[in-house]
Amino acid sequence: MSVILSLDNVGVRFNTAGAAQPAPAVDGVSLQVHRGEIFGIVGESGSGKSTLANAVMDLLPANAAVSGSIRINDREVVGLDDEALRSMRGDEVSMIFQDPTASLDPTWPVGDQIAETIRAHYPVTARQAKARAIALMGEVGIADAAARYGDVPHRFSGGQRQRIVIAAALANNPQLLVADEPTTALDVTIQAQVLQLIDKLRRDHGTTVLLITHDLGVVSMICDRVGVMYGGKLLETATTEALFANPAHPYTRALFAANPAGAPRGARLPVIPAEWSVESLREAELLRAAIGAANG
Amino acid sequence: MADLLRVEHLRKSYTSGRPWGRKPPPALNDVSVSVARGRTLGLVGESGSGKSTLGRCILGLTRPDSGAVIFDGVEVQALSGRALADFRRRVQPVFQDPFGSLDPRWSAGRSVRESLDCFGIGAPADRERRVLDLFDRVGLNPALAGRLPTHLSGGQRQRVGIAAALASEPELIIADEPVSALDMSVQAQILNLLMDLQKDLGVASVFISHDLGVVEHVSDEIAVMYRGEIVETGDTETVMTSPRHDYTRTLLAAIPRPRSSAPRRPPCPQPT
Repeated sequence: MSVILSLDNVGVRFNTAGAAQPAPAVDGVSLQVHRGEIFGIVGESGSGKSTLANAVMDLLPANAAVSGSIRINDREVVGLDDEALRSMRGDEVSMIFQDPTASLDPTWPVGDQIAETIRAHYPVTARQAKARAIALMGEVGIADAAARYGDVPHRFSGGQRQRIVIAAALANNPQLLVADEPTTALDVTIQAQVLQLIDKLRRDHGTTVLLITHDLGVVSMICDRVGVMYGGKLLETATTEALFANPAHPYTRALFAANPAGAPRGARLPVIPAEWSVESLREAELLRAAIGAANG
Repeated sequence: MADLLRVEHLRKSYTSGRPWGRKPPPALNDVSVSVARGRTLGLVGESGSGKSTLGRCILGLTRPDSGAVIFDGVEVQALSGRALADFRRRVQPVFQDPFGSLDPRWSAGRSVRESLDCFGIGAPADRERRVLDLFDRVGLNPALAGRLPTHLSGGQRQRVGIAAALASEPELIIADEPVSALDMSVQAQILNLLMDLQKDLGVASVFISHDLGVVEHVSDEIAVMYRGEIVETGDTETVMTSPRHDYTRTLLAAIPRPRSSAPRRPPCPQPT
């Protein structure tokens, strides 16, 4: 099985003006994503999962220092120049985010926004791009796509907007789709539909998906393999079946136990031990800042 | 046993803000529910189903177009002055993120104390101790009473919000998405706290959430809302194991549940 995305000892540190250096947001993550699979990264807030996703696309702010190696199709992304990044993004690799409204220009017809993605990379006529955009809208399940090509985003529901964003992301048949919490803002019934759409597109086009989520339920629905992150570190990687049947890391086990779905009704939920709690991460951060302020 | 809270045939429409055009569908359309003393009613539904509007109507924060909210035998809309103040003491809200309801320049302790001052609970000299007792009660280190909300984590802020709600010794708590903004590990702690409080203090609650898994865990009864109507209500066991309404079944099928043996890629539920 060929590897499309390979991370080797990736670290991300945000440099701040203060005297205290915060802990690295991502710390020594190594993993390999195989062509055609849906790889989930699951973690709570502050685990570094979104920072990792943004590092893959090289979308981190200027004060972020990335170390280690991120290779897409055997090409190093870390330190790649702007021109090469621009041709890679939206073509070879695409990304979708949690809030589709923020990804779309509110004053622009959605169809044109999809067509723009195509024309930015390929020398096609406006007419060809439009035809392709309408076909894509149909493929992601927008009814009567040709008639809705000229509608602006606010005429669509949240779930439809996320479908439009997915259509734009898939416009150039990317080999890798990075999806950062793509269904978190959606209702559960709509979430199920969008997840199924991602799975169907993966099957039809062989797109590899790196899915970032906080929701173990989402993972169990569509991911083939999963990595669990906490405090910037990748704790374990396993196939979805193996992870759910036999979680190896104590944090993963605690995370499963804390889920009310499946626990006996009204029973006290086992609480994640303090050393693995997101609260302790925050306390440590505050403490570090206080010490930094005292020293500086 | 008489119900502590009865909601009868509640209707509420919001105007679209323009005199022309289509009228939006009502947020609440003939909604009736009841909560007995010490019990928990789970209100579940998707965004726009009217569940938060119902919560606000019960709290007296939103005025319904018609219908009645009856708390302990008295109609809430008819209350004013001292009686209304007493109602507000006995029925307290807990919101999704108390960040919005805590004054950013007030310490956590002062925000909790305000409730005691406002309702004149205990002797003024005694209130400082009561605040610390409340912090202890909700599992917060009393040393955090001096902290500003920005220096508290999401779970700690939610505990402060619960402490502030408990300060007035309420009989009914309206919890609107109280754990939705929290991480799974913190969510479990807050759910445990809410269940403990109910057991120890006998507080009744209306627990509003979009997450059927959470609602199922804490509720004695469940009411499922869809487009401003209650489509199904019953005790938790019955609703979860043998849902009668199509929408409830769709909702149950759509919940992603972590489990190893589940069939992956379930059939896509169609919107009704």
